[in-house]
Amino acid sequence: MALVNWLKRHFVVIAGLLTLGYLLLPNIVVTVFSFNKPKGRFNYQWQQFSTDAWKDPCGVADMCGSLSISLQIAFWATVGATVLGSMIAFALVRYRFRARGTVNSLIFLPMAMPEVVMAASLLTLFLNLGAQLGFWTILIAHIMFCLSFVVVAVKARVMSMDPRLEEAARDLYASPVQTFLRVTLPIAAPGIAAGALLSFALSFDDFIITNFNAGSTVTFPMFVWGSAQRGTPVQINVIGTTMFLVAVLLVLVSMVIGNRRNRQKA
Amino acid sequence: MATLTEAPPPLSPTAPGKKPPRKRGRFTPYWLLLPGILWLLVFFALPMIYQASTSVQTGSLETGYKVTWHFATYWDALADYWPQFLRSILYAGAATILCLVLGYPLAYLIAFRAGRWRNLIMVLVIAPFFTSFLIRTLAWKTILADGGPVVGALNSLHVLDVTSWLGWTTGDRVLATPLAVVCGLTYNFLPFMILPLYTSLERIDGRLHEAAGDLYAKPVTTFRKVTFPLSMPGVVSGTLLTFIPAAGDYVNAELLGSTDTRMIGNVIQTQFLRILDYPTAAALSFILMAAILLMVTFYIRKSGTEDLV
Repeated sequence: MALVNWLKRHFVVIAGLLTLGYLLLPNIVVTVFSFNKPKGRFNYQWQQFSTDAWKDPCGVADMCGSLSISLQIAFWATVGATVLGSMIAFALVRYRFRARGTVNSLIFLPMAMPEVVMAASLLTLFLNLGAQLGFWTILIAHIMFCLSFVVVAVKARVMSMDPRLEEAARDLYASPVQTFLRVTLPIAAPGIAAGALLSFALSFDDFIITNFNAGSTVTFPMFVWGSAQRGTPVQINVIGTTMFLVAVLLVLVSMVIGNRRNRQKA
Repeated sequence: MATLTEAPPPLSPTAPGKKPPRKRGRFTPYWLLLPGILWLLVFFALPMIYQASTSVQTGSLETGYKVTWHFATYWDALADYWPQFLRSILYAGAATILCLVLGYPLAYLIAFRAGRWRNLIMVLVIAPFFTSFLIRTLAWKTILADGGPVVGALNSLHVLDVTSWLGWTTGDRVLATPLAVVCGLTYNFLPFMILPLYTSLERIDGRLHEAAGDLYAKPVTTFRKVTFPLSMPGVVSGTLLTFIPAAGDYVNAELLGSTDTRMIGNVIQTQFLRILDYPTAAALSFILMAAILLMVTFYIRKSGTEDLV
């Protein structure tokens, strides 16, 4: 009876932690299997402990090349989407203009569209225009689907900002440019950063849209997809584990910095 | 994505009685909008028109395609591929419900019970995002492997007998069955459910729980009458953010499923990239888009939350 009561009281905690386990289990498997020494071409069964893959992460043909292409595309897609998206967000919050409804739905629709639909229609356009599929078509597609997410992130931040701060700056004879650079931009920065981070993650990890519009260019997700058919090298687990650790580390560092700043303010 | 639910009342910069923020620059908003909107028009809206046109063309790769208003493509596509459509909706629906059931306790835990662990759990929910989802999906092949510990446990508990009887699994296997695909879909889109749920739960005033308790509501009643209704915006945007990508997904069906679990995304991909039957592929993709937009509109109307953006 005591056990039943205890379970009842902690039901949410137990259920929540089980879900967290479900979310993290694949990451644990990826990490453990980065130390595997598989017998065949596929790294699905545990054989023997080995650090071979960690010693030679680029030992698989074309893998690090695809990784570098993915990083380049993610970087430029982030830059493009963040600049264009932030401009739209500022216009939406700060100005009144015609066709606001149309603009809003044009931004909402890409987020409410299954990826495969955007992928197929974009390929139709490129085929009709006779465009050469490759790096540039991937970049164009990535900027397109990251844009909306930047707009949403930046808009939320700029909206919650007190417009009186800008008025105060103007009253103190700051020029519009000065007001923007010294007041508006620093306050909007966390929103812009969130949008940029999201863009990078979305672009780096995108497979469906990229697969349609890549031509013969191979990004890292496409390399993984191909290897699922041909044989999975242990090295993709090494890359996966490294990405996970870097992400956790970056977030933890940013949290520590944020905490320290808050304390300084207090 | 969490911000999808955040919809504070829009601050109109030119509210009555207030000066517009900048007198000069009547065209400034248009200059700010121009590049981004142009990008979306050319690379999002225009392709939809091209696709609509392709879907009513006839011809072949060699002779070229011409618009002949051949609407029969739509009927043929539906007649040939309705099982895949149905399957997509069933799998995506099942994954969405599972995401809600699994994600709600975790979102609740982060919002109300985590205390000083809150940030750490949040990081652990988001961090898998940064490992390629294909690698993580492949890991399920190991977890659900034939004769592996998971399948062994399910077998000895006779769970597989029940699921086989229901047609979710076949014999002693979980891989290459509907169950594996739904499990993969649930796993892949779970964070999209948890984040909006957390955003709306976190905003609930804790005193409401106390008030419900003071009025002799049992914890279950408090949840049913107070917490859950107040978290509805999160439930709505979470289910949308899960269902839409899950319905169009073909990665899980391809990696964890078999030819019997092909979803509509697999068909579109094959038609477009391997068979090169562009009109059929365009028609299928158009039907999928229309079906999802219709369902989303209906669902948003029904649930009465229109402030999603």
